[in-house]
Amino acid sequence: MTDTLVVIQAAAAELSKSDLSAAGFGSQAASAAGGVFDILLLGPMASSLSSTAAGLGARTVFTMSSGELEAYTAEAYASAVEAFLEGRSWRLVAAATSSSTKEYFPRLAALLDVPMASDVLKIESSDSQRVVFTRAVFVGNLLATVELEAPRALVTCRASEFEPPAAAAEPSTIQEVEAPSGLAHPGKSFVGIEAASSDRPDLKEADIIVSVGRGTRGPGEGIPLCEKLADTLGAALGATRAVVDAGWMANEFQIGQTGKIVAPEVYIAIGLSGSIQHLAGMRNSKTIVAINTDPEAPIFDVADFGLVADLFDAVPELTAVLEKRGG
Amino acid sequence: MKLLVTLKRTPQRDARIRISEAGDSLDLDNVQFEVNPFDELAVEEALRIREAGAEVEVVVVTVGGEECQQQLISALAMGADRAVRVEPSGQSLDSLRVAGALVAVARREEPDLVLAGKLAVDDECGQVPAMMAGLLGWPQANQASSVELSEDASSLRVVCEVDAGLETVTLALPAVVMADLRLNEPRYASLPGIMKAKKKPVEVLALDELGDAGSTRSRVTGFRALEEKSPGVRIDTAEELVRALEERKLV
Ligand SMILES: Cc1cc2nc3c(=O)[nH]c(=O)nc-3n(C[C@H](O)[C@H](O)[C@H](O)COP(=O)(O)OP(=O)(O)OC[C@H]3O[C@@H](n4cnc5c(N)ncnc54)[C@H](O)[C@@H]3O)c2cc1C
Ligand SMILES: Nc1ncnc2c1ncn2[C@@H]1O[C@H](COP(=O)(O)O)[C@@H](O)[C@H]1O
Repeated sequence: MTDTLVVIQAAAAELSKSDLSAAGFGSQAASAAGGVFDILLLGPMASSLSSTAAGLGARTVFTMSSGELEAYTAEAYASAVEAFLEGRSWRLVAAATSSSTKEYFPRLAALLDVPMASDVLKIESSDSQRVVFTRAVFVGNLLATVELEAPRALVTCRASEFEPPAAAAEPSTIQEVEAPSGLAHPGKSFVGIEAASSDRPDLKEADIIVSVGRGTRGPGEGIPLCEKLADTLGAALGATRAVVDAGWMANEFQIGQTGKIVAPEVYIAIGLSGSIQHLAGMRNSKTIVAINTDPEAPIFDVADFGLVADLFDAVPELTAVLEKRGG
Repeated sequence: MKLLVTLKRTPQRDARIRISEAGDSLDLDNVQFEVNPFDELAVEEALRIREAGAEVEVVVVTVGGEECQQQLISALAMGADRAVRVEPSGQSLDSLRVAGALVAVARREEPDLVLAGKLAVDDECGQVPAMMAGLLGWPQANQASSVELSEDASSLRVVCEVDAGLETVTLALPAVVMADLRLNEPRYASLPGIMKAKKKPVEVLALDELGDAGSTRSRVTGFRALEEKSPGVRIDTAEELVRALEERKLV
């Protein structure tokens, strides 16, 4: 068996950048092993996303949805993929790393009794018995080569490291699969989700991120200056843990080892020191700009452009220059 | 009520880990170790559940060699009641085998709740606790930033930090919960706590006593340094910065 199955959570009206990257991973994994890839769309939007997904180069796009998959729970999603795989086989079952797959992929690995590699950056090789990946360890400070020796394995991939697949010559076959009942765990219920509403782009989709550190001194002080800069650039806002812990911004904005991992075209780090845990979430950004009063701040070690300046002067100036240019 | 907390010994949170000269292993000679930060949060949460009034026993468990004893003692010094160490006898285990061993301990201990860290900061897999939940067939909650036990101690309300925001779920016990950074602020061990810890029981179990299936299918075969980044340039004014970004067609 040399084929790869890419699982995509179908919860939104459109496929995300991460979903496209997961398909890109699938296509790379398939060609490394000499096979093809298929897609499983799982969740309430599965049918409506299937025609877009059919343009990504997969052999087949499977769709599965049911009442029990309406709101995501790890238990139901793991059981759904387990049930889907019953009697079918793929070399690799893959998904993009997300808070959902961090939760349900290891559960699924246990249900299937197959090994798993988390958040891989690169496929080194793959054949029917062994698959080798590169992934980051020790707070992103080192790369490790990981070998899974098994005829079947699970993997999550870091979306920022995989390009979407090339446009397909032929659309995939679309096949609806009936979801079995009894997927939901009787002991788990979803109560609700609270999200900060924002008109700015999503962190994982954005080309430019303006990231805010403790040096901004909060919402009454430097953060509005950064927001204005972000809006001038059409950028997403990100934050360090210190900013989220202080209650200045919501948790979904945190970038780093325990937040989101991003790699936009441009990352503008403002008043943040560049702790190893923060770097772990952004060091692969294509161009890094740092604004900090401390010339020794570690963020300058990874910055392509470093501005040693007080953010309370530099950020409004930067916004003004950009506005003038745009107007 | 019994709480089982899983705990791993990991290098200190800000340690810079270097690769050995040969390039295939890590040079850990001068590295200090501690309780994985996320597991410290899990221990703290267990202690808080106990302090909230319920009749609770807190048991910490690790899978690892003799060198992990110190981290078990740290958890006992924080206030855990007793510890279990599963001795792997030099074998290198993958996540599924570690989860299997921990599940075997859970089956012996029959806890109402397993509290774990969401991630070990060395291998950064984030796999073991969810694998345990899968093997046990228990419900799970990952990236927990708040945990609230129901009055009759039969369920938990957990707030999880997910990509989209804050998700609230309820779990019927027994269940597995994985701690995230904002769950609490772990206490320091007090001097009396440290004295008492030395007298608390640490049970050592051999892996094969626990019915380990015995095949490691995932292993790390080498390490590499990150690619060197060419040094950046210092810019003096906002205007210069915009010009530089424009030259690269970035804005
Ligand atoms: C297990 C663990 C996981 C963690 N995970 C994460 C994570 O995912 N993400 C994360 O970000 N952190 C994480 N952290 C926390 C991390 O270690 C740092 O504490 C945090 O990143 C610091 O945030 P900061 O850079 O905003 O604040 P600080 O380190 O306090 O830096 C503030 C910076 O602002 C500069 N400054 C001050 N005033 C000005 C001014 N007027 N103009 C310009 N510059 C100014 C200062 O020179 C300083 O460099 C984690 C920690 C642990 C232990
Ligand atoms: N060897 C181990 N012994 C005990 N608990 C562990 C061990 N490895 C991992 N864990 C638990 O699983 C969590 C996630 O670890 P990992 O899957 O290795 O990232 C850790 O925070 C621990 O709570």
